[in-house]
Amino acid sequence: MSMDQALQTYIEESHGLLEEMERILLRLESEPQDDETVNAMFRAAHTIKGSAGLFGLDAIVAFTHVVENVLEAVRDGTLAVSGELVELLLQCRDHIGLLITVVAESAAALDAEQSATGEALAARLRAFMGGAPMGDAGMPAVQESPLAASGGGPLEGDYWHLSIAFGHDVLRNGMDPISFIRYLSTIGDIVSLNVDDSALPELDAMDPEACYLTYSLDFKSEADKQTIEDVFEFVRDDCTLRIFPPPSHLATFVDRLEHASGNTDMLGQLLMEAGVLTEHELESALRAQDSMKAAGGDAQPPIGEVLVKEGMVQKEVVDVALEKQRQIRDHKAQEARFVRVSAEKLDELINLVGELVIAGAGASLLARRSGDTALHEANSAVSNLVEEIRDGALKLRMVEIGETFNRFQRVVRDVSKEIGKDIGLEIGGAETELDKTVVEKIGDPLMHLVRNAMDHGIEPAAVRMAAGKPARGSVRLNAYHDSGSIVIEVADDGGGLKKDRILRKAIERGIVGAGQNLSDGEIFNLVFEAGFSTAEQVSNLSGRGVGMDVVKRNIQALRGTVDIDSTEGQGTTVRIRLPLTLAIIDGFLVGVGKSSFVVPLDMVLECVELSEADRRLAATRNYVNLRGEVLPFVRLRDEFEIKAPPGKRENIVVVQYGGQKAGFVVDELLGEFQTVIKPLGSVFRHLKSISGSTILGTGEVALILDVPALLQLGVARDGQRLAHET
Amino acid sequence: MSALVNVAQQPAPNALLDQQQYLTFMLGGETFAIGILAIKEIIEYGNLTEVPMMPGYIRGVINLRGSVVPVVDLSARFGRKSTELTRRTCIVIIEVAADEEKQVIGVVVDAVNEVLEIPTEEIEAPPAFGAKIRTDFIRGMGKVNGRFVIILNVGNVLSLDDLALLEQAQGHDMSAVSGEAAG
Repeated sequence: MSMDQALQTYIEESHGLLEEMERILLRLESEPQDDETVNAMFRAAHTIKGSAGLFGLDAIVAFTHVVENVLEAVRDGTLAVSGELVELLLQCRDHIGLLITVVAESAAALDAEQSATGEALAARLRAFMGGAPMGDAGMPAVQESPLAASGGGPLEGDYWHLSIAFGHDVLRNGMDPISFIRYLSTIGDIVSLNVDDSALPELDAMDPEACYLTYSLDFKSEADKQTIEDVFEFVRDDCTLRIFPPPSHLATFVDRLEHASGNTDMLGQLLMEAGVLTEHELESALRAQDSMKAAGGDAQPPIGEVLVKEGMVQKEVVDVALEKQRQIRDHKAQEARFVRVSAEKLDELINLVGELVIAGAGASLLARRSGDTALHEANSAVSNLVEEIRDGALKLRMVEIGETFNRFQRVVRDVSKEIGKDIGLEIGGAETELDKTVVEKIGDPLMHLVRNAMDHGIEPAAVRMAAGKPARGSVRLNAYHDSGSIVIEVADDGGGLKKDRILRKAIERGIVGAGQNLSDGEIFNLVFEAGFSTAEQVSNLSGRGVGMDVVKRNIQALRGTVDIDSTEGQGTTVRIRLPLTLAIIDGFLVGVGKSSFVVPLDMVLECVELSEADRRLAATRNYVNLRGEVLPFVRLRDEFEIKAPPGKRENIVVVQYGGQKAGFVVDELLGEFQTVIKPLGSVFRHLKSISGSTILGTGEVALILDVPALLQLGVARDGQRLAHET
Repeated sequence: MSALVNVAQQPAPNALLDQQQYLTFMLGGETFAIGILAIKEIIEYGNLTEVPMMPGYIRGVINLRGSVVPVVDLSARFGRKSTELTRRTCIVIIEVAADEEKQVIGVVVDAVNEVLEIPTEEIEAPPAFGAKIRTDFIRGMGKVNGRFVIILNVGNVLSLDDLALLEQAQGHDMSAVSGEAAG
């Protein structure tokens, strides 16, 4: 991986981490006592800082370091979480984001104003720490912790501390303890030496050939732990040796651990790699662990505990190592779960799958015609696989909408502060999946709708109280799947739309004639007309009358629809309905005369024959009795002015869209068909009732019906005709 | 007369110089020519899907190796009757540049003749009237063996804005209906 690519990965990861941080901060505001969340946030800041260091992005390191210190204080419980702190941290998060955008992505420096913001934030953070020592840049904390906590012997000065209890048989085995201590002085200076003779028995009980002495010494040396241990190699099995590193080494260990390669996620190996633990120590610790397990029954004490208990490693170092271990494991787990693929490759794949589907349809058509059963069977096996591959490929592009929704936590929070209303955001259906391209384009319209709901929808607290509603307003984002489309709702529990006011305004602006009779839905949908705003005054956020029409246009560009449901005094729900995918759909092929049309299968409910009686009646009325239900229908032959005479029989395809049920009268039902959507090009851009085209197995082109548009046309035409007649 | 000369010079003279080879084809007994650089390929007429509610000069769409290509009936586009299908009917696939993007369009012709070299000095300005075709469709009149060949201005004949505009005019009742219902 080149440095550029690595940097790109870093930038992406950092943005992900920042999003996570924001989420945590927002959660922290409501439930400040959660340790794990603080920890996660600390880790996020730490990772951003650590990786920035790798790339030499000093500006990011310097600022993030201050943030990290504060987070650490929060984690350790020395600093309490307050609304003010969360607010400050949110701003810091934004600043880090800015730093990453400016410094890492475009390799520029911050301008003066931005740097000043950073300084001010850092100063405020320091103020929170109450002037507590911040640690040197790059190497926070840890040093301050007293080593005495290690459970080792007395430790003073910057020396190695060794404690050697020689076994009874040392002398008998021909080893002289003094010679080892003398040898030790060749690799450093022995600062002080104490002999502990408390184990010495009464004179008459003493074995003159046995050694009863324990030495403890302070040792000044540049050598590492392994070298020191090697001095005692020959008596290693005959003595109990404890080597405590000098306090200054602790920082080194911590540093080494934090920058460990990540080749292993075993704690012992990690510590060895950092030079904290020697191989010999590890082995004996593992043995001790085993024996403890044997003694203590089933529960095996963690190796870290054993190491601390045996006095081999300080608790602080083990803690750092454990943290590192968790990071490595997290990282590994994440690597296993996700592969980063460029969207371009994915699109290429999906295009190819589209071609495969078309080619497959051609092959199965030929196989069916050939009458060769074996070939036909083999081909249908292939078709099934192709279908699975298609679904799989499309799923690759599906993402959960939750991430998009979560971004609004911050928006709602900030906007509610800005406009001085207490408003909470509820999220539902976050796990609903939809095509990534759709997700990318839905952000702006949603933003507009949410702001609108907050600004106009929700009343001031006093009005709410007077109406008997809770003072805290609520905006709800919800998503769910419904007959082949995804529905996204933006709902508020505010005052609702005032029908008479909308109507008055519409008449004022000449959008509606004074005498017209409109249904509730039609009145509400007027707010999507250009230049229409019902807000009494224009606020900073909305009310300028631009926007709702843009929202509608954006959604229509995605082949979606939007409508409004509102009850005065209870709230408003804006419902956006979008197609699940823009590339390949399951279609239902129908024939009218010589033409073939595709109806999206998700919208098809059933097919029934148009009875002879209904055919005769069709001249005067365009509805049938479907098991007691009135079903209006559209005759595609008339709609599309197809001249070929109707066949002997006609069928009705019953479709459903957005709660509306209707039928399409066609000649032939040709069955299900995997449909790769091909755009029709700009020549046909004004053609309403056709949404695209597709290529059939025979190589012919079939047109895809735009069901919502056809239904709308039907409604509109009747409305007009009847208006003329009355 | 000077006005006529101006018209002839307007469509960048350089383009005419660069482009001396033309594909000639028959349409309603007359010979037409199109600059060869715009032409992608010529295919046999067939497998055309009609698109409803489109003006007559949009014959429909075809599948050209996986992409859907609209087909224009040139004769109808000139305001004459639609091309009658014969054994020699062809679709000439032409690439038209429009607003930075390239659109591929098929054109129905009675028969394709040959590729000819027409020197620039053999090209006359289009007549002010009498060709019974909109003058902005004609780039010039090529002289071949003492006969005139109408060299078409493909950009104008297959102007996407123009094609879509006319069709909008036809679909106008429809949008009026929906506008009124919404309003």
